[in-house]
Amino acid sequence: MRIDCKHVWGHISAYIDGEVDAAMRAEIDKHLETCEICSAVLDSTRNVVVLVADGRVFELPAGFSARFHARLDTELKLANS
Amino acid sequence: MTAPNPEFEADCIRRILAGEGELFHALISPCERAIYFMLMSLLRNEAEAEDAAQETAIKVYLNLKNFRGDSQFRTWVLSIARNEGLGRLRKAGTRREDSLDAETDEQTGDYTPAILTSWREVPSEALERQELGAMLRKAIEGLPEIYRNVVLLRDIEEMDVRETATALGITEGAVKVRLHRARALLQRELAPKLEGFAPRKKGLFGWFK
Repeated sequence: MRIDCKHVWGHISAYIDGEVDAAMRAEIDKHLETCEICSAVLDSTRNVVVLVADGRVFELPAGFSARFHARLDTELKLANS
Repeated sequence: MTAPNPEFEADCIRRILAGEGELFHALISPCERAIYFMLMSLLRNEAEAEDAAQETAIKVYLNLKNFRGDSQFRTWVLSIARNEGLGRLRKAGTRREDSLDAETDEQTGDYTPAILTSWREVPSEALERQELGAMLRKAIEGLPEIYRNVVLLRDIEEMDVRETATALGITEGAVKVRLHRARALLQRELAPKLEGFAPRKKGLFGWFK
């Protein structure tokens, strides 16, 4: 049985995470060999996931850590006094 | 994300509870980022998220004796951060009912992705361009909250499915479904815009930007 594009799209996230079973993975791989749309959808989704995960996208505000620990220091001293 | 180290954490907690309070800084440091972005995702305001992050750390310290070790320390910390954020939203009267979240979750079918016939990889080096980072942040901030949290913990903080489910108080199945939809929404939103960030020809990336 050949799976269709919609079926592949429904499994893309699990496919990227390596969470589809062997039989489904084989079906998807076979489909990807001949479907340039699904290949492009998979590659672009994976690319988006990698870019979003980059530490440079979300950075803590400047001085966050220093203020965080200074406040903790004050509270710790209060709690222990 | 800093990888959790259960032995270090357990040792720290024992010593802190025995009176070495100063060690709490080292214990909580690896969680700072995750605490802040969890709260930023809920509160959508930098100053308030920062204040709530500090309050969370204080609550963690004061409740440290209640940590049972049946989940990871960071997971437990993030549940406290989430409660802190939800408490603030309730106080401000801006929290939507949970049923609304559930409804959003149920009503959505599978998303149709942005249809492309080829894809040129956008390399991580392209993030040196400020507008790319801004575009990615805007797309994530534009996701419904139930999807934004899952992307934040799974893809940005690289937590596993189980840890994410525990921190958000949802099932592992819900984590997977929401992550799938979130990624589909991000692909649909971002793929057409990312084209301009791909190198024109292999090897010439540094040359054209």
